[in-house]
Amino acid sequence: METLLSFIHNNLEQFYIVILSIFLGIEVISRVPSVLHTPLMSGANAIHGVIIIGAIIVMGEASTDNYLALTLGFLAVIVGTLNVVGGFVVTDRMLEMFKTGKGNSKKQG
Amino acid sequence: METYILSICYLIGSVSFILGLKMLSNPATARKGNLVSAAGMSIAIFGTLFFYQLNGEHLHNYGWIAGALVIGTVIGTLAARKVKMTAMPEMVSIFNGMGGLCAALISIVEFGHMTGEPEPLRLLVIVAGMVIGSVSFSGSMIAYGKLSGKVKDHSFSGQHIFNLAILAVIVVLGGFLNFGIGLSSLTLFYIILALALSYGVFFVLPIGGADMPVVISLLNSFTGIATAFGGFLYNNPVMLTGGILVGSAGAILTILMCKAMNRSLQNVLIGSFGSGATAVAG
Repeated sequence: METLLSFIHNNLEQFYIVILSIFLGIEVISRVPSVLHTPLMSGANAIHGVIIIGAIIVMGEASTDNYLALTLGFLAVIVGTLNVVGGFVVTDRMLEMFKTGKGNSKKQG
Repeated sequence: METYILSICYLIGSVSFILGLKMLSNPATARKGNLVSAAGMSIAIFGTLFFYQLNGEHLHNYGWIAGALVIGTVIGTLAARKVKMTAMPEMVSIFNGMGGLCAALISIVEFGHMTGEPEPLRLLVIVAGMVIGSVSFSGSMIAYGKLSGKVKDHSFSGQHIFNLAILAVIVVLGGFLNFGIGLSSLTLFYIILALALSYGVFFVLPIGGADMPVVISLLNSFTGIATAFGGFLYNNPVMLTGGILVGSAGAILTILMCKAMNRSLQNVLIGSFGSGATAVAG
């Protein structure tokens, strides 16, 4: 019990960030029109690609003779980049379609 | 000085994610919103590359990191440009799975780095990131298979009880691992990994192909949570805000998507379990 309490105490800032971000995430997208559901999902998908920062740190801290860590880290950076780059490009392509069909999207929204 | 610059980079990244999501939820600004979050992401990534320090030391292995970044960028751009408009949800599912895989790999490497008597809750954060990332990875791959018609619906009676049982075993083994009971911790860790991967498969398999967008949105939210655990692990604010934002926005989006189809989330998730489905639908 004490471990848990001290963990919360030592990471209090993070807990504040978590709680406020939960409400923010709900608030920010709560009035999205249904035509934008798929692009928004895709955009959010690209944003969680920020996990790549963790992959870069893992890779950058691996010692040069730890081949397992190097291989897994290398793979992690590749798949993380796929998530980020692919996610943003796909979202952009989806939204490209809205440029001409604005009137249409308003009707459904 | 460099640490200060890095903090500013992370701050810009976090704000751009919030702004980007906000703009993405309005048709008029959606495309710009995507660009805003992409720009913020680039700032956060390059900031980490050039300014990240641990105990006064910069990162190593720049060659490998750069190589992996280039490979990922080339494949990602090509795949996203080439894909047909109708196959986009499949592509999103694959990319989401890649994010989950990334989270799981990070946890595996970090688990290997743990020596001696670790702080108990640090271990919990690592295992949680691994489990959620793996579920998201294997689940997204099945979702992709279903959307592209490569995987058919499979269900057997009592599957949701079977799924709950797997989940319970994962939680129990995770507890064992954390308190150092039972098998060697490395064996235990890999057993949990295998269970988490199979849970993702069994979770998505019985759900109907038409409901896949909802499932992808849910798995998207899972990957967001896995990212947030990574943020906890590295004490990294941009991973934390990005992950939790996507986690909560993804959860709400999942519910909104269900509503748009006039169904409940419960109905989508257990709807294909035989005759019980009609009762839930009401």
